[in-house]
Amino acid sequence: MPLIPAITDLEALKDHPAVVRLRSWNSAAVEGAKFDRDEMTIYIERSSIREACVILRDDPSCPFNFLSDVTCVDWYPSQPRFEVVYELLSIPNKERVRLKVRLDSDSPVVESVTSVWPSANYFEREVFDLFGIRFTGHPYLRRIQMPEDWEGHPLRKDYPVEGYR
Amino acid sequence: MAHMTSTPVLEPGQDRTMILNMGPQHPSTHGVLRLILEIDGETVVRLMPDIGYLHTGIEKTCEAKFYQQVVPLTDRIDYLCPMTNNLCYALAVEKLLGLEIPPKAQWLRVMMNELTRINSHLVWLGTHAMDIGALTVFLYCFREREDVLRLFEAVSGQRMMTSYFRIGGVALEPPLGFFDRVRDFANRFPSKVDEYENLLTGNPIWTMRTKGVARITAEDAIALGASGPTLRGSGVDFDLRRDMPYSGYENFKFKVPVAQEGDVFARYICRVQELRESIAIVQQALDGMPEGPIKADAPKVVLPDREKMKTQMEALIYHFKIITEGFAVPAGEVYQAVESPRGEMGYYVVSDGTAKPYRVHMRAACLANLQLLPKMCEGRLLADVVAAIGSIDIVLGEIDR
Repeated sequence: MPLIPAITDLEALKDHPAVVRLRSWNSAAVEGAKFDRDEMTIYIERSSIREACVILRDDPSCPFNFLSDVTCVDWYPSQPRFEVVYELLSIPNKERVRLKVRLDSDSPVVESVTSVWPSANYFEREVFDLFGIRFTGHPYLRRIQMPEDWEGHPLRKDYPVEGYR
Repeated sequence: MAHMTSTPVLEPGQDRTMILNMGPQHPSTHGVLRLILEIDGETVVRLMPDIGYLHTGIEKTCEAKFYQQVVPLTDRIDYLCPMTNNLCYALAVEKLLGLEIPPKAQWLRVMMNELTRINSHLVWLGTHAMDIGALTVFLYCFREREDVLRLFEAVSGQRMMTSYFRIGGVALEPPLGFFDRVRDFANRFPSKVDEYENLLTGNPIWTMRTKGVARITAEDAIALGASGPTLRGSGVDFDLRRDMPYSGYENFKFKVPVAQEGDVFARYICRVQELRESIAIVQQALDGMPEGPIKADAPKVVLPDREKMKTQMEALIYHFKIITEGFAVPAGEVYQAVESPRGEMGYYVVSDGTAKPYRVHMRAACLANLQLLPKMCEGRLLADVVAAIGSIDIVLGEIDR
């Protein structure tokens, strides 16, 4: 199966059910979309991620009721530096969609989705621990993998693989 | 990893309760899980898991390796189901590359993957039963596990860290007589499952310790991110192998065991039935094993056969190039999920077009499943905590990575 080029034009993807649903709620919340290798990615404006998750979770025709994963990618040194990635799964419809929020390095803060899915608790703690992204409204935002007194966030690209000596 | 400062602070007036530290070296925590318990007499008031003791930074290490060098690291995440991790990573990179995998390699992968599930479930059943006090089952399970490990050794040279699945196929053609050995095992195994069930399923002590214990509803299970048998034990009929098939699983017929009660016994029943279904899939794979190559036709990605390297200049060049420079993967990102013995194992791989992955993230099923533990245990007896930990089948290597 040869690779099909990615579709990155939001207008070409406006018929995807998740995009339709989000745009009918708040068209300013959808910054862009990408369809690549059979996977749908929607870029969400930073301040509306929690509400966008609620909208997708409570969609009656295709409820994305399961949060598979929350993680982050560091695009250091380009800006916006961080991409927080949410993998959503619809158990009844057997569909996946990926939401992304782009964050600048000077204020890596985004609203927590723990009130939407309690499962985000550990995932967001891990992203906080390893990337230094702060999730507002998280019930217990502390380091989870590294020791409490650790300095730095190891998965950032400017953190050396062998650690600071 | 939290320090003692993170223990829950008791409110004034709650002086009936005490803080109990369980782990990280407690035998029933299956590794180095530490639980901070607030107990009132024998009743658990609050429970907080403390993890991170096995954190080795595998995700960071992956970013410094070539794509093919990540495969041995994936074994070490979840050391009870190495091939599931190999498979998930290989599928993710193959999706990034757009590689077509020949049918024989797919069939071999499915067969070995199901043997891995049996291996993992046997360790789970043995240790879970031992935690609750049924010592005999442990010896029975490890007897059959030894057979599976011998099969792994025959096919890959390693008992536990197999690294058998490679990007583009599998490492080696199985040795002569291997399929007969697998068939022999597959014929023997169902009667062994009957033996385990004879010891446990109707056993009054076992049912008293497991029925109605650590109950979780379907809504809570979905909200807290449970997957695999932990989710199906609560009545949610969802299995990635059947519902979002990968690696040729759509060609196999199998039932997905579901139980409604959501307690420890329900999760036990789901896993034991899965043992039977897995062996049925192995039988089907043996019966329908196609002929043909075991590696994709992609000389720039897949290492050439040893024989070809001795006779063909191109094969030698490709081998040298792959080993020294790796292979470039077109830029993009992929989330590939497979049904591991514990639930949804996912690999999120980001490529920036070079020969090293820009980011590799593992979605650990155990990490999400562990979040159910406070919900399961709070308000219940301390002894039930041990049963609950066993029933979610955690592997700390996968949680901490």
